[in-house]
Amino acid sequence: MTESTAFAAVAMPSAGARLRRRVFGHKSLVFGASLLAVIVLVALLAPLIAPYDPYAQNLLARTQPPVWYEAGTWAHPLGTDNLGRDYLSRMIYGARISLVIGFSVMVISGLIGTTMGLLAGYFGGTVDLVVTFLVTTRLAMPVILVALAIVAILGGSLLVVVLVLGFLKWDRFAVVMRSATQQVRSQDYVAAAQAAGASTPRILFGEVLPNVFAQLVVVATLEAASAILLEAALSFLGLGVQPPLPSWGLMISEAKAYMFFSFWLIAIPGTALALLILAINLAGDGLRDIVAPEGRE
Amino acid sequence: MTAVLEANDVSRLFEVRRGMFRKKRTLHAVNGIDLAIQAGEVLGIVGESGCGKSTLAKILLGLLPPSEGRVRYGGRDLTELDRFAVAKLVQPVFQDPYSSLNPRRRIAAIVGFPLDVHGIGTKAERRRMVSAIMERVGLPSHFAERYPNELSGGQRQRVAIARALVMNPKIVVCDEPTSALDVSVQSQILNLLLELRKDLDVTLVFISHDLGVVEHIATRVAVMYLGRIVELAPTHELFADPKHPYTRALLSSILTPEPGLGIPETGLGEAYPDPLNPPSGCRFHPRCRQRFAPCDTQAPRPLLASGHMTECHLHDPQIDGSLPQKDAYP
Repeated sequence: MTESTAFAAVAMPSAGARLRRRVFGHKSLVFGASLLAVIVLVALLAPLIAPYDPYAQNLLARTQPPVWYEAGTWAHPLGTDNLGRDYLSRMIYGARISLVIGFSVMVISGLIGTTMGLLAGYFGGTVDLVVTFLVTTRLAMPVILVALAIVAILGGSLLVVVLVLGFLKWDRFAVVMRSATQQVRSQDYVAAAQAAGASTPRILFGEVLPNVFAQLVVVATLEAASAILLEAALSFLGLGVQPPLPSWGLMISEAKAYMFFSFWLIAIPGTALALLILAINLAGDGLRDIVAPEGRE
Repeated sequence: MTAVLEANDVSRLFEVRRGMFRKKRTLHAVNGIDLAIQAGEVLGIVGESGCGKSTLAKILLGLLPPSEGRVRYGGRDLTELDRFAVAKLVQPVFQDPYSSLNPRRRIAAIVGFPLDVHGIGTKAERRRMVSAIMERVGLPSHFAERYPNELSGGQRQRVAIARALVMNPKIVVCDEPTSALDVSVQSQILNLLLELRKDLDVTLVFISHDLGVVEHIATRVAVMYLGRIVELAPTHELFADPKHPYTRALLSSILTPEPGLGIPETGLGEAYPDPLNPPSGCRFHPRCRQRFAPCDTQAPRPLLASGHMTECHLHDPQIDGSLPQKDAYP
């Protein structure tokens, strides 16, 4: 064929090289992913890089300011809190809590929501009705109030917060996966797979899921970010992670009495939270651009 | 010739509900079709949009169970056979090559997918079979590692044909395989299908609304109107001596290459009737130029004369042809 020789004459860069160029050419993805990588690395290496024990109190060195203030010293680069605990060490350990919560809530709610959405979108009919009803029921319950009530009954702990948020936040996964699956379902390649004799699980995992993956990534990052914020809010209200565990939300809560005297006690964990959310969202957005099939050359 | 696939009085109904509180209504997409697909033939199915061609294709593919009637293969009902047996019997080529290939799989994986599903051969054997069929449909081997979006429409349709043929099915059902392609590519694909049919001894069911294409490729043609086959005859006979007024109108609608002639007048007048509310008697009668007394009350019966089937009162010896002619357009 003449057209094939014409194609072959143009030297194509290898698939790997093209992918690399796409990833590194995407500035916000590079920025978000690097920031996220730094935070994850810090969380993983917490015991190695934290200068102090995050629980060690030193009442002689209470509410010391960070190093960029005149009274600040390099002994405590981010100062100390109202019990004299090193703020940098607590920030480093706090990253662990936020990431664990964000990731586990995303996995639990993602599994529930994606399963429901896939089944509803693929089978339609009664299955769709049941799932839609469950989503509507779930949407009728305000997350923060239900979470508060359950945590108030069961008592706050990391595990309880993860489970409560995980079992509450699947709605967006279900809604997005349902409509994405409906679209893919109507494509002829699904019919072709059926005609080839493929089993329903094979079609769901091999044909449908890879084609709704881009949307799944976006929802997953959004939900992880929102779970981290919800944990911070719950901890701030005193019903999330319990002291002395160093959660960023809890640190903001503990610092609110000192807001007018030691402003950095709120500003530092607040900034860290904002940066983490920004990093996750940028990385998720970029990832969607990379994996979307229409974006492929 | 023997029949490979037989449809006996096959109907497919859809429940349609417009708005939550309205009553459900029944749509007969396919209404009582008798069809015997002969081994080795190319059966063309033509008709307007909405006449049930694609629904019939899905039924023949086993993708949609018929509401009534049976589709039989070798005396056994298609719904009784397991999905592997059906897949080995009949494979599809769809209209839109942009939606019929999974955009996230490489071409080799798409073509080899049926082999994977059926677990035929070892990995190396499967790769050999895939490259053999790809070569056969005219796809260069370096396309194997490409993704569908790197291919043109015609190339994609070749991939779809390769996927349909890799299992060596007895029948390939092509649902308007060329209507999404450029005219120049259409003829390539049609000739490819004809070659493959000869070489691989496969029976083709070729659905189209393009009579020129069907005349070129089919050995027998079925004309569908509102869910029924109104005329079925060998191609040359149908085109030389059309019996049903609808077929005649369709044939007169074929565009000629002569520029000054304009768009041909078919005499069909009115728009296509609402399939939710089909006309009484003969379903074609509101648009028929030659309708007469029994047409709006009595449904015509299939009349068979030496392999030429028509459903029209005009040719029924039991109907009195001297009944008064009615106005063509009320």
